Amino acid sequence: MDLSETGVGDAMLVAVSGRIDLSNADSFRDGLSAAQAKTGGPLILDLSGVDYISSAGLRSLMIVFKAGKAAGKAFGIAGLQPLLVEIFTISRFNQVFPLFGSAREAIQKLAPDSLSAFDAR
Amino acid sequence: MQVTFWGTRGSLPTPLTGKAVRKKIVNALVKGAGRNLDTPEKAEEFCSKELSFAEGGTFGGNTSCVQVDVGGPDYLLCDLGSGAREFALAAIGRHGPGKPQTYHVLLSHVHWDHIMGFPFFIPCFIPGNRIVLYSCHDRMEQAIRGQNHEPCFPVEFEALGAKIEFVKLEINREYQIAGTKVTGTPQLHGNASYGYRIEKDGKVLVYTTDAEHKPENKKEMDRASAFFKDADLVIFDAMYSFAESVSIKEDWGHSSNIMGVELCQMAGAKKLCLFHHEPVYDDQRLEGVYDETLRFEEITRSGPRLDIVIAYDGLILEL
Ligand SMILES: [Zn+2]
Ligand SMILES: [Zn+2]
Repeated sequence: MDLSETGVGDAMLVAVSGRIDLSNADSFRDGLSAAQAKTGGPLILDLSGVDYISSAGLRSLMIVFKAGKAAGKAFGIAGLQPLLVEIFTISRFNQVFPLFGSAREAIQKLAPDSLSAFDAR
Repeated sequence: MQVTFWGTRGSLPTPLTGKAVRKKIVNALVKGAGRNLDTPEKAEEFCSKELSFAEGGTFGGNTSCVQVDVGGPDYLLCDLGSGAREFALAAIGRHGPGKPQTYHVLLSHVHWDHIMGFPFFIPCFIPGNRIVLYSCHDRMEQAIRGQNHEPCFPVEFEALGAKIEFVKLEINREYQIAGTKVTGTPQLHGNASYGYRIEKDGKVLVYTTDAEHKPENKKEMDRASAFFKDADLVIFDAMYSFAESVSIKEDWGHSSNIMGVELCQMAGAKKLCLFHHEPVYDDQRLEGVYDETLRFEEITRSGPRLDIVIAYDGLILEL
């Protein structure tokens, strides 16, 4: 699993790739929490590079989502591959998180002021 | 080893409503329109071939009671939910009320849905019968006696005709019960709950209901999967969706289909049985959960295929 963060205006964009399971769910959670702490705005995850996420990875997402909610920071997930869409649906995580087709869509919705910064990257 | 499910619902008995029955009839009539179903045989064939399980039947609404038959002279049950009544009627119907029997019962815990069948368990009233209740739960006897007590029930425990014994089991220890080898393990659940691994002639059944599993707790995941190791059948508490179990229903003591699949995959178990169904779910919804679970197994499979079934009142599995 690889995780890279980029500040985009108010928002923090984190792109993740690879496989998220019990073996790396803790570092996944810690990486997301650190990125979340660096912004006062929304945390947007681009998961288009992720090909598998297990229950432990979903649980990490839930922890970060809850922390963001408590701190009044929006949270969005973008770019799920078809297989991940299925995993999110079967686990009902699709009913918990705001899901977006792409990172741009998520920025447009959650941090519209940062859209020009996103496009200018 | 043969496993018969007499009660499969979680929390409280959930009878099918008249409204739900009507919906099934209307759906079947519409599907069968113009098909010339003018004999019971034709109608029966249509129902079994063209209606889904939920359209043509029901998962049932009795609470936990599972019979394990290893061919011995005695009966072996897991839990005494409301399904125990159906079991008792069938057992007595088989050999008549006059012939004394021994009933061995493993109790996962003493939440009401797992013991509510005891006051109505007909073998209790028949002198000559022997009923042995086993559990790792240290308040089993208190709970069973307290249930058969005024003002909640008119027949006091002391007045029951059968010989009733209580056997407290230690966790992680092997016992010989009704010709099988039984080991108990503690589970995460309010007021405590225990899973049982039942072995006979190389076949392994794990009965694990009312158990929450925290996916991030590697040690506990490993412990659970070691308990399920190479099981032929794992009867698993799949009451909630995974999202519910880690959010609004976290620490409510139940698990999900997703955890069932992952733990069985880790354990190399052969068959997973979804059990302890959410009372709020109707037949259609349970069928949907089952289909999704099959798909989840398929997309997460890295070794041999895990067989998956969903329990219903009346299901019989041969191991
Ligand atoms: Zn229960
Ligand atoms: Zn319980």
